[in-house]
Amino acid sequence: MRSGRPSAWGAAQLVASAALVAFLLLPVAALVLTLPWADFVGGLRHPLLIPALRLSLLTTGTSLALVVVLGSLLAWRVARHPGRASRWLEAITQLPAVIPPAVAGVGLLLAFGRRGLLGSWLAAHGIAIAFTTPAVVMAEAFVSAPFFVQAGIAAFRRVDENLLVVARTLGASPFRAFLRVGLPLAAPGLVAGAAMSWARSLGEFGATLLFAGNLTGRTQTLPLAVYTAMESDLRAAQALSLVMVAVAFALLFVLRRMAPGAALPGPGVRGA
Amino acid sequence: MLEARIAARVGPLELRIDLSLDGETVLVAGPNGSGKSTLLRLLLGVLRPEAGRIALDGAVLFDAETGIDVPVEERELAYVPQDYALFPHMDVLGNATFGLAPLDRRERVRRATAWLERLGAGDLVHRSPSALSGGERQRVALARALARTPRALLLDEPFASLDPIARRQLRASLTGWLREWRLPALIVSHDPADAMLADRIAVLERGRVVQQGTLEELRRAPGSDFVAGLIEAAPVPAGAD
Repeated sequence: MRSGRPSAWGAAQLVASAALVAFLLLPVAALVLTLPWADFVGGLRHPLLIPALRLSLLTTGTSLALVVVLGSLLAWRVARHPGRASRWLEAITQLPAVIPPAVAGVGLLLAFGRRGLLGSWLAAHGIAIAFTTPAVVMAEAFVSAPFFVQAGIAAFRRVDENLLVVARTLGASPFRAFLRVGLPLAAPGLVAGAAMSWARSLGEFGATLLFAGNLTGRTQTLPLAVYTAMESDLRAAQALSLVMVAVAFALLFVLRRMAPGAALPGPGVRGA
Repeated sequence: MLEARIAARVGPLELRIDLSLDGETVLVAGPNGSGKSTLLRLLLGVLRPEAGRIALDGAVLFDAETGIDVPVEERELAYVPQDYALFPHMDVLGNATFGLAPLDRRERVRRATAWLERLGAGDLVHRSPSALSGGERQRVALARALARTPRALLLDEPFASLDPIARRQLRASLTGWLREWRLPALIVSHDPADAMLADRIAVLERGRVVQQGTLEELRRAPGSDFVAGLIEAAPVPAGAD
């Protein structure tokens, strides 16, 4: 029975919620509220901004495309062929999510660096990856893939198997059944996974710094530009940070419009 | 003519099936867990038998000895599952034209619309599956399956998702359609009332066909308690004592 008086349990929920929300909002509010407009405009003219923004959009776009194409096929395989091999595949693709980014950077260097496991062979054939723009893409793909793959597996598992069987009996090859039935029905989950994955790669810092370095125009993404600007000019770092937040919100907004049913972060997610 | 002589082990169930349909409607009846739906999946090619042979109009669909295993999409078997499995992201016309991909768009629409009209669903073309009643869904699913002019029709519990009134109406319609088409049809059901649809009944228990014959033959000599119960609950056909 409900009474008009709030219970101690209800009060505890409210206090905990208020404390956590205040803690989560305060840094974002501080970013916006403590920067005078003139300083923000000045920060936008900072020489690091445009090259870093351009590089971030290019590398995160490329890593997202790689993760979405390869990850969709892998997620489909895992979701539609349950068994020991699929459980292993799923576990392996989740590994990067629990590896600290700095460790990921060291691992990438030891694998693809000039003296790395595969890197030494590549170097012998004239291909150098570490400290180049492709290294940024690889670092971003490494840390962000688990977010997309996990969401993809869950989305594909929710596709009713009967629909796929019927599609096959209606003449569809396994690929056409995937394309015409599996993919559209899983789309909201895939878009949500892509958004989380993209947000993770936009904020990627540690693995990029160790594996790709911090070279303006070549490997210096927005988070690295913020870090570099911090060393000399806090206001510029703050302006760059706000640009990053704006880019992230803009992309999330576009993705929400693309897939209205997707459980993306932000207001309007029902039943999440 | 659809002929299947197959053996398969699926989970705890061991199936040994010997069944043939020649332009007739066969009802596969059996208790839950007897392997009815598994039999359909074996015929469709979704599951692979361990031994045996499946042939359709003389063409081999599966043969364990020679290794022939025709993929699902090339078997020319129409399948309507219990929940009808309409594609929820397509409208009725999109569903009905799905299986006609090799044809040009105009011909796809013409043929799909003709089948929808024939099954009394011609006014539903632009509706979403979620806006259809159970009976309408079944009509659309049948039209979608038949528009490809399949060689045999497999129906899994065709009336289980319907309310009693729609069930009675559609059972009568389907009986008429099946007589008209003379298409070999295999109907899986646990509902004794569906016996009136069939020329012949095959009773499946624990993965084996334990008895088959017309309703009358089964009535004269029920071979098991399940068959006796089935016959008792089945409607008496018109003209029978």
